[in-house]
Amino acid sequence: MADAETQREAILAAVENVADRIAEEKSHLTDLDSAIGDADHGANMNRGFQAVVEAVESDDVDEMSPDDLVKLVGKTIISNVGGAAGPLYGGSTMLASKELEGGITAETSVAFAEAYLQKVQDRGKAEIGAKTMVDALVPAVHTYKKSIEQDDLPPLTALSKAVDACERGVRYTVPLRARKGRASYLDWRSVGHQDPGATSTLFILEELLETAEEHLDGEVVRDARSPDVPDESPEEAADEPLDEEGE
Amino acid sequence: MKKLINDPADYVDEMLEGMVAAHPDRLRRLDGTKVLVRADAPVDGKVGVVSGGGSGHEPAHAGYIGDGMLDGAAAGEVFTSPTADQLEEMVRACDAGEGVLCVVKNYEGDVMNFETAGEMAEMEDAEVVQVVVDDDVAVEDSLYTSGRRGVCGTILVHKIAGAKAAAGGDLEEVRTVAEKVVDNVGTMGMALTSCITPEKGEPTFELGEDEIELGIGIHGEPGVERTDVMSADEVADRLTEQVLDDIEIEDGDEVATIVNGMGGTPLSELYIVNRRLQQILDDRGVETWDAWVGDYMTSLDMMGCSVTVLRLDDELKELLGAPADTPALKRTD
Repeated sequence: MADAETQREAILAAVENVADRIAEEKSHLTDLDSAIGDADHGANMNRGFQAVVEAVESDDVDEMSPDDLVKLVGKTIISNVGGAAGPLYGGSTMLASKELEGGITAETSVAFAEAYLQKVQDRGKAEIGAKTMVDALVPAVHTYKKSIEQDDLPPLTALSKAVDACERGVRYTVPLRARKGRASYLDWRSVGHQDPGATSTLFILEELLETAEEHLDGEVVRDARSPDVPDESPEEAADEPLDEEGE
Repeated sequence: MKKLINDPADYVDEMLEGMVAAHPDRLRRLDGTKVLVRADAPVDGKVGVVSGGGSGHEPAHAGYIGDGMLDGAAAGEVFTSPTADQLEEMVRACDAGEGVLCVVKNYEGDVMNFETAGEMAEMEDAEVVQVVVDDDVAVEDSLYTSGRRGVCGTILVHKIAGAKAAAGGDLEEVRTVAEKVVDNVGTMGMALTSCITPEKGEPTFELGEDEIELGIGIHGEPGVERTDVMSADEVADRLTEQVLDDIEIEDGDEVATIVNGMGGTPLSELYIVNRRLQQILDDRGVETWDAWVGDYMTSLDMMGCSVTVLRLDDELKELLGAPADTPALKRTD
């Protein structure tokens, strides 16, 4: 895998790409949130990622190890996003960063993704099908892990498949009735709207893929259909009766 | 709307500045944060007890900082959880090496930020445990929570866990007694009017002149039932009976009670509610060991009240009666 210097550059580029993308999509995310939430997701995430850009510019990042840099990103999101999104995006990033202690490899990136997903689920106590970011994250993380560990695909191809699975997860949130978070108050009225947290999660993953393609060598299979998600696939969850309460 | 404020954006900041100015010998603000801690924090050899949440519930939470209660309290924006990094700073400032108990009201934002803060502090080798208070018997799930909301019963957790820590209890003992309070306390509230948040400047829900709302939380969220105006006795009956039934208070039990004002109701009316509350307890053969009446956990300028009942045993009585010296609550031996 790439040396620490290259990894640091990749992380910094990823930060910039994600921040730009969130800024671009700010009103889109807020529109999605105003339909079923409290209309601040775009502004909140934008404030967080702009702060991240400033933090990596002002902090002395040249000497930082990749995991410390990722930890700084998480901590900055925590202190600038607030609400539930701060702990979900920032806390999960920060706490999962210790999986990258040995640098970023195919193995540690799987561990990071799994730890991130675990933290989100612990924090939010949301299962798949509750119309949250979990619906996008679970298929993405499971696909990434399976592609690397079972199918032995190169990380870039695995990431590309994960983004594809994530996108399907986002689409899957549209017909769901929200059972977690602010949107759950709308109950049936949340049906037909795309979840903003799942959507911003997809934007972040798309930018990570974009950045990885620019900074890492390797063959990317474009438009690869994702393999079957090992378990808890959206299709399975969708078979559950919608009126059954979560947990 | 008329309010004694300057810029709504400075509301929390200026309130905290005023609090420290009123109690400079007891309260200290952590630089660059909205966290207040005891002037002498961390207290050597003592488990730290901290709390916090959105602003607008004064005197909760910083009003309960002092001997026998809290070591620190973090203030978020009005009705908004403090961020995890501020909570982490509080935890570390109140950790004398004996560990820290976080008393958290069951609201999603509060729980998530406190959990993250605890894990952040643990990465730096602090020992942190949480107790989540969910005393509101009006709802199972609400606009902001999974499970019941945490409301006025939280103050009793502050008092009793704080007393246990002051008496030299270790972290596990302090956590256990805090959980005991949570298991034995119930609260239900009602509103005569909505509150008005400084940012929005208008009521968060509309109530007609002849309507009241039962089962409200403390963030201006709607309640579970809207009814015609009732007398104080009828309100006290509804609130008290639901609480007593929920926590299964029986003949011969000893309890502590709180008639809590929501911020806009005069003490005289709270006493009228307390009069009826005590009659109901007498009728049921329940003995009131301690009765508090006043504004303990408010919702800005909302008119209304909540009734809290805590079932007591010898340990809880001793800790509830132990001395406390804070800006908002004082007890002597």
